[in-house]
Amino acid sequence: MSLYNCLADQKIYGVLDLIPAYTSLTLVYDLALLTQKYPGGTVYERMKKLLQDAAANNKTGTHIIPRKVEMPVCYDSSLAPDLLSLAELHQLTVEEVIQLHTAPTYHVYMIGFLPGFAYMGSVDKKIITPRRATPRTKVPAGSVGIAGEQTGIYPLDSPGGWQLIGQTPLELFDTTKEDPCLLQPGDQVQFYPVSLTEFQKLKQV
Amino acid sequence: MSIQIIKPGMLDTLQDAGRYGYQQLGINPGGAMDRTAMQMVNLLVGNNRNEPVLEMHFPAAALVFETDTMMALSGADFSAVMNDEEVPTGKPVLVKKDSLLQFKKQNKGARVYLAVQGGFVAEEWLESGSTQLQLKTGGFAGRALRKHDRLFLKTEYSYRFRNNDRAFEAFPWQANSSVFYQEGPLRFVIGNEFGLLDAASQQALLSGCFTIGNDSDRMGYRLSGPALQTSVTGEMISTAVTRGTIQLLPTGQLIVLMAEHQTTGGYPRVGYLVSADLPSLAQKRAGESFCLQVIKMSEAEKLVHRQEMNLRQLQNACNFRLQQYQGH
Repeated sequence: MSLYNCLADQKIYGVLDLIPAYTSLTLVYDLALLTQKYPGGTVYERMKKLLQDAAANNKTGTHIIPRKVEMPVCYDSSLAPDLLSLAELHQLTVEEVIQLHTAPTYHVYMIGFLPGFAYMGSVDKKIITPRRATPRTKVPAGSVGIAGEQTGIYPLDSPGGWQLIGQTPLELFDTTKEDPCLLQPGDQVQFYPVSLTEFQKLKQV
Repeated sequence: MSIQIIKPGMLDTLQDAGRYGYQQLGINPGGAMDRTAMQMVNLLVGNNRNEPVLEMHFPAAALVFETDTMMALSGADFSAVMNDEEVPTGKPVLVKKDSLLQFKKQNKGARVYLAVQGGFVAEEWLESGSTQLQLKTGGFAGRALRKHDRLFLKTEYSYRFRNNDRAFEAFPWQANSSVFYQEGPLRFVIGNEFGLLDAASQQALLSGCFTIGNDSDRMGYRLSGPALQTSVTGEMISTAVTRGTIQLLPTGQLIVLMAEHQTTGGYPRVGYLVSADLPSLAQKRAGESFCLQVIKMSEAEKLVHRQEMNLRQLQNACNFRLQQYQGH
């Protein structure tokens, strides 16, 4: 993440995108533009070296203080179709699952799959659960799920296979905003439980 | 100052070079499937090369020009006719007000592009006028065109017609599009997880021929061919993917990611189709077959460089000819 921030700040000529993921940073560049600027040798080698050098220089680390985001989640059974079965699978009560899910501060490792879909981790090992064998054809926007040791929120209605244990009333993605995406890679996320009434009230705001 | 949709096609959208700089938020670049055709058609009418254009599949829309217009078509050949007369592809065409453009038959290719001089009025989102269907934003109201929609033109020009009886007049020069498309095998470079394929699968990929599946769309092209096997079971740690990434699905079949690809993925990346051949793939239809050929990264980059040189040459030629026309 610090490598991502460092390179993103530099605004490197010809670089179109920088995409951080769990263990990688991918650089997308405009080849047509860069072959003009650097004849001889491949642009690929040049870009690879640029990344490697930046990674080496970044060892000491530019430390950016991560944003902390608090997010309400309603764990009411009407919004959490997999909560009970997940609790039973781990021989826990629903309350214990909620407590375990809201206790840690999660790190946003990456955003992918859908616009604004944040992959966060790691969940308490007592509630690590594989994806559903058959994905749902429609998961409502705001649904909070678990897949393995990851937790995430569906920003849009979409098909999906994560175990759904709650829903947030917040809008994760809004195309009308200048910053369309509520969460960003590197954010620290803290969930807190809200009742169904509070959920509905927050949803109207 | 508009073009009206009389009958919609199966998927008519405004597309440009796509939106970059937001993949870290999961927002894919999108844009025209055949980027070269999109750029060529803009250059033909003297536009900036990445101006939003109309991308149409077959069946394509029937459109009425509600104003005198200079337009051009490129990409697929869908037997375009203006009123009742055939319209050439790859040429600037002056169209008279109230003319009807229709596409009769899918002769060759999968996507036709239409540009108008001065460009269309498009809704911009994150610096691009491309239509993002999933998020319902950008382009024309974030959706495909429907009956009675009016695409507005940014600028009004007045044109002189030599002949008053005809609906259109084509200019006497034509872009040579053949230099941009690959007739033979499509080329790829080795992917990060190529080494995970067993020996027989590696061989099958290096010299394999594949058929494009029916479930191919703007998101990706699914290929059926020899089933490939890897030593990996399940998914890997997700990482970024891009247009042209060739992923191996758990079924042993391949998918080549196209314009509306997800930004990250967890399937093995066995190869990357070279950028220069993506327009050729984008013009292939479900059921068509093609073979793959592996090349080095340095060769792949040369292909892009050559394509860029060809585009610049076209740009200079078009600008020169259009200036001549306007000077008369």
